[in-house]
Amino acid sequence: MAKPTRVTNSIRALRFSHGEMTQAELAEGIGVTRQTIIAIEQGRYSPSLEVAFQIARVFKVGLDDVFQYPDGDQ
Amino acid sequence: MSYEEKGAWVYLTVVLGSYGAYIAVILGRADGIPLAEVAYVAPMLWLIGISIVANIVGRVVVETAKPSGSTKSDVRDKDINRLGGSIGGLVLAVAMAVPFGLALAKASQFWIANAMYAAFVAFALAGTLVRIVAYRRGLQ
Repeated sequence: MAKPTRVTNSIRALRFSHGEMTQAELAEGIGVTRQTIIAIEQGRYSPSLEVAFQIARVFKVGLDDVFQYPDGDQ
Repeated sequence: MSYEEKGAWVYLTVVLGSYGAYIAVILGRADGIPLAEVAYVAPMLWLIGISIVANIVGRVVVETAKPSGSTKSDVRDKDINRLGGSIGGLVLAVAMAVPFGLALAKASQFWIANAMYAAFVAFALAGTLVRIVAYRRGLQ
């Protein structure tokens, strides 16, 4: 169930570069709980595409700037 | 810990507590007579009713002691609930084969009713444990 995802993210760095936005503020901006933001940041939850776009929109960046997937073998 | 995760812990505690109490009452009433002759209906109905009330009271007590930032469920809660529901449903489908078999074998009502009750407890435990593990260890 808890198979580690290969998707990484820069949400923590983006929050700090956007006025040290708190997890609670980001959570409120996209309509999820703070625990969900924590789980996404720590790679314990892969968000839906819709939530991923919402996060990118909050930071006014592209999806690739928030989430990364490594090149190479699948 | 989110509101929904706290709810899962409360539910797990209530299910284990109420079923444990039911088993204790039935074994206490047996006391030398065959189990199938024990008056089980009233304890079963009472403990089902008590567990519903205990779950509501438990959630209120937990929220009073340690309030959650939000009581709304979000997309992650729904994903986790869906997973718990599907695993629990699978367990229920398998476990219900037992009372079905007992009914076909014309077993006593005591064993059929108790096998059904145990199947629902297994459903609740499996679904809730899956939810708790998903909250604690992650959901991909």
